[in-house]
Amino acid sequence: MKNESCFHCGDDCGNHVISFQEKSFCCNGCKTVFEIFNENDLTCYYDLQNSPGAIPKEIEGKYDFLSQENIIEKLTEFRDGSIEVATLYIPHIHCSSCIWILENLNKLNPNISDSQVNFGKKTVRVTYNSDATNLKAVVLLLSSIGYEPYISLDDFNSGKKHINRSLIYKLGVAAFGFGNIMFLSFPEYFEVNEFWLEQYKPFFRWLMFAMSLPIVFYSAQDYFISAYKGLKAKLLNIDVPIALGVAVLFIRSTIEIMFDIGSGFFDSLAGLIFFLLTGKFFQQKTYNFLSFERDYKSYFPIAITKIDNNGHENSIQVYDIEKGDRILIRNEELIPVDGILINGKGKIDYSFVTGESQTISKQSGDKLFAGGKQTNGVIEMEALKSVEQSYLTQLWSNDVFNKNKEDGFTNITNTISKHFTITILTIAAIATTFWLLVDPSKAMNVFTAVLIIACPCAIALSAPFTFGNLLRIFGKKKFYVKNATVIEQLAQINTVIFDKTGTITSNKNSNAEYDGASLSDSENLVLKNSLRGSNHPLSRTLYDILKENNIITLDTFEEHIGKGIEVKHNNLNMKIGSASFVGNPDENAVLNTTVHVSSNDVYKGKFTFYNSYRKGVSKLFNQLKQQFDLVILSGDNEGERENLTKLLPAKTKLIFNQKPEDKLDFIKYHQSEGAKVLMIGDGLNDAGALAQSEVGIAISEDVNVFSPACDAILDASKFEQLFSYISASKSAIKIIKWSFVLSFFYNIIGLYFATTGQLEPVVAAILMPLSSISIVIFTTIATNLLGKRLE
Amino acid sequence: MSVIYILLSVSVVIGVTFFVLFILAVKSGQYDDDYTPSVRMLFEDELVKEEPKPKIKTNKSN
Repeated sequence: MKNESCFHCGDDCGNHVISFQEKSFCCNGCKTVFEIFNENDLTCYYDLQNSPGAIPKEIEGKYDFLSQENIIEKLTEFRDGSIEVATLYIPHIHCSSCIWILENLNKLNPNISDSQVNFGKKTVRVTYNSDATNLKAVVLLLSSIGYEPYISLDDFNSGKKHINRSLIYKLGVAAFGFGNIMFLSFPEYFEVNEFWLEQYKPFFRWLMFAMSLPIVFYSAQDYFISAYKGLKAKLLNIDVPIALGVAVLFIRSTIEIMFDIGSGFFDSLAGLIFFLLTGKFFQQKTYNFLSFERDYKSYFPIAITKIDNNGHENSIQVYDIEKGDRILIRNEELIPVDGILINGKGKIDYSFVTGESQTISKQSGDKLFAGGKQTNGVIEMEALKSVEQSYLTQLWSNDVFNKNKEDGFTNITNTISKHFTITILTIAAIATTFWLLVDPSKAMNVFTAVLIIACPCAIALSAPFTFGNLLRIFGKKKFYVKNATVIEQLAQINTVIFDKTGTITSNKNSNAEYDGASLSDSENLVLKNSLRGSNHPLSRTLYDILKENNIITLDTFEEHIGKGIEVKHNNLNMKIGSASFVGNPDENAVLNTTVHVSSNDVYKGKFTFYNSYRKGVSKLFNQLKQQFDLVILSGDNEGERENLTKLLPAKTKLIFNQKPEDKLDFIKYHQSEGAKVLMIGDGLNDAGALAQSEVGIAISEDVNVFSPACDAILDASKFEQLFSYISASKSAIKIIKWSFVLSFFYNIIGLYFATTGQLEPVVAAILMPLSSISIVIFTTIATNLLGKRLE
Repeated sequence: MSVIYILLSVSVVIGVTFFVLFILAVKSGQYDDDYTPSVRMLFEDELVKEEPKPKIKTNKSN
């Protein structure tokens, strides 16, 4: 029988359906949210989209820090008198219902005067009256309806964000100038000697000159700056010939109209810059809801509860934690510093750090590492280090995080530009010398014409449009790439390194195998039923794997924390748990996670848990092995070695027990031997390796929630497509090379006009846009075909 | 003849006006979010339609 799904969140309701107003809910949380909406006439929420909600989480005490003045100051973007404005990031925003409910917050709290959602960024901007309500109340309200904001240490540091819109302004100026200059130069294209045309020629020309000024000195300024920087570093980048072309165009045109020689090339000049900027704009594909720059700060809380000597609880900022402080960690809170557990039962989820989903039990006196998340009630710990000196956060002091990967990488356009610039200057020199001998009056004309017509607009456009389009195609296929350079670097790699846990294994499920004397039916029955009562993650996993059995009532059930469970049913006395607890005779150190079983004090056998690998791992590795060196770099022990050797091609190197720094150094060493490394990882422990590699891809089950700093984020469901993404990047380079050929062809035609001294403004005005537009069309069609093959 | 000056200045003024409007629009942040407004626009209708609905629901439940 299929279970009913929750009216609020759409989850399977399981066996405990909660009914309310003829609707089923999976839990009280969902029901409460529905009640809130129902009371406030907001049930329209459910009409817009089916089951749009999220289960509200336990948040008691979690946001106490929001009443602190200095934290409010940092989080709000505007404060004046009684009005406060704060922008909150809410990962759950995913549909139109979310927008609707969040923009109707004032119905739930009348002191909120305005709330505005930015869907792309998943933020809501709330304006509220700070006399009657406060930030904490707003956050609690949002949490209570299932829209818990995500507030991290990152928000505290970054402060107000500045949006850079200069490219749009530049593009706007260029478009305005281009349109108007085109319109003003139109009469002269036809060279009719009409009286009124002759009369107003100078006026038209000077108007064009005036309009070209902002284009040259504002819109095109980046090209001049970049060319200057390139020359200073003795590099002939693509901006050198562009800047040269623009400068020559402008100077020659100005001289022409000054001495009434001709109408100048203002139209071509404006068009050229407009097209170039369009290319730049197109290449900029930003995923607002993703961040490629995250470090540990994005995951750490802003404030934490400190217990002072008198036993009072104070909310203090994470950076203020000192060695020896006693800290309270609530359920679902992150441990911000290394320390020792003092009180309570720790059940730490280190998935942020290692990608491993299995929680680890900790007893009082055990060491806790920063980055773990407590999942079992409240614990008290003593800090041993400050935040920045903790084991995990120390990794970020490595130089590699301050390096920009794009520096020192010569992209394909600049590689070609070097030869191109030298060739053009040679041709210009030869043609000028020739005309100096034949007809000196034309020499200057030819020299400038060559530089104008050879201005590599089409070349400069091929890469932005190819990569820009491919970025969008990849984005649709759930492969989110940071920028165009990443695609180029991806095409050049020769070594692929994988992290194991969470990258090639799936976090969601694991397999268990039984090994030992077979269990009788009654033993199986008791086993299944005793696991039902336990909340230990291994018990839950095992429970899900075992066959369905009848429900029986156990006579006694006792859970020994950290050891196992002891149960009694009729004459059967079973122990399930660790080897020593059960009384395993040969207690060899086993690398894999195991659960042992004994019945009436007779040892029966053990369940061994194996990682469950992602679908298509084997296939992917076999595709990759033809072209790349493959390495598995794992932080885990060697327990899975045997499994991996069976699964993966023989030449795959398997390296275990790697600390985060080891991974980084391993990559560095191979790079020094000429390897171009693609690192694929998932946890914060891979952050160093991801930063050091040429391309670092983070695998993520949920792209909204977690990914360390990287160059690209790949949705876990598309993992097996990785090879086709790399192939597509390589094909993109081929497309660019073909479009270079195409633009050389245009250049040869243009150079013919230029060197023979026949370059008329109208020829330039036709040839330049024509070459640019045909390059754009060619690359767009070619990359779309490429995208079609990517399925 | 000098009508051309008038025509040209009119055309340039119109061009500049639109250009300034464009800059103001960008500056006000209109282009920062190109998705949410398209959804928000449709809610106005939903809200009007919604009016009679709660009544029916309250009748039922009470």
